[in-house]
Amino acid sequence: MTDGVKKFLYVNRKAPYGTIYALESLEVVLIGAAFDLDVSLAFLDDGVFQLVKSQDTKEIGVKNFSPTFRALGDYEVTKLYVEKESLAERGLTAEDLQEITYEDEDDDYAEKPSLIFVSRAEMADVMGDQDVVLSF
Amino acid sequence: MAYEVDGQEIATDEEGYITNLGEWTPELGAVIAKAEEVDMTDEHWAVVNFLRDYYEEYQIAPAVRVLIKSIKKSMGPEVGNNKYMYELFPYGPAKQACKIAGLPKPTGCV
Amino acid sequence: MATLHTVNKSPFATQALLSCLGHAKAGDTVLMIEDGVYGGASGTGLAEAVAGLGGAVTLAVLEPDMKARGIAASRLMDGVKTVDYAGFVELAASHDRTQAWL
Repeated sequence: MTDGVKKFLYVNRKAPYGTIYALESLEVVLIGAAFDLDVSLAFLDDGVFQLVKSQDTKEIGVKNFSPTFRALGDYEVTKLYVEKESLAERGLTAEDLQEITYEDEDDDYAEKPSLIFVSRAEMADVMGDQDVVLSF
Repeated sequence: MAYEVDGQEIATDEEGYITNLGEWTPELGAVIAKAEEVDMTDEHWAVVNFLRDYYEEYQIAPAVRVLIKSIKKSMGPEVGNNKYMYELFPYGPAKQACKIAGLPKPTGCV
Repeated sequence: MATLHTVNKSPFATQALLSCLGHAKAGDTVLMIEDGVYGGASGTGLAEAVAGLGGAVTLAVLEPDMKARGIAASRLMDGVKTVDYAGFVELAASHDRTQAWL
């Protein structure tokens, strides 16, 4: 589409734990972050459940990977688009999600929010603006 | 293979990473370091402790460049640079330091 | 002759929960497990349909799966019970059969 750095979007549409998709996506994002790419993550449909705070997986014997989303800023992954309609359909608001921030090196390491709440139409624009879209 | 601390056997995978993260103690860290032929200094321990704290908070071991960037921020550029980190841990600051810290191999490290 | 129905898929991703509720009979129990636990939450776009179809059946969610997904007990719909693993076993024992809605 444009010259230079390619725009990659990882689309997350599955709930955590019930299937392996959510964890696999996060691992691919972390590995892919080693390359010089303009990475964004999209959370829509059941994917918004991945970001819900206070997850506690002790009793199901599965690793709770939700804290790892908060490390994404260290990997220069700082744009996590969350679809408002998907939240509303599931009875969720922004307050139900964990806070995810990154330190902006170009702005004296100021902490800035990584979560960007968008409408379905805006999410469509985000998707249409990418060089590569990877679905999970 | 396995490590031994106070007569207790600690199980590992085929590459020498311990399989039960809960079994780690500083004593075990020293035993693993010895097996790796790494002479532990305060700087080595600072890196190991940083890795453990990072894992505790984010549930992953950081990639090498993330580790070096963070060490640079917390301990200064004399320690937080590629060359020095590889002097501390010749087989890779992430790979080898994680092993001594009792953490899994970092994601993306093959 | 009562049946224990289990549903393990998100109601937002498949029709399993709604179909199960449409087929469950009075006296049956519908236990939501794994990603199925999202069906027990209040305030969702499906809560009304679930409550309406629920009617004469007992609705329950498996607590360990609920906690894993960060759903507080206070968010469950009225009348939805929580059970632990031992409670799951008791339900299986106290019903005549178990039917899984995959």
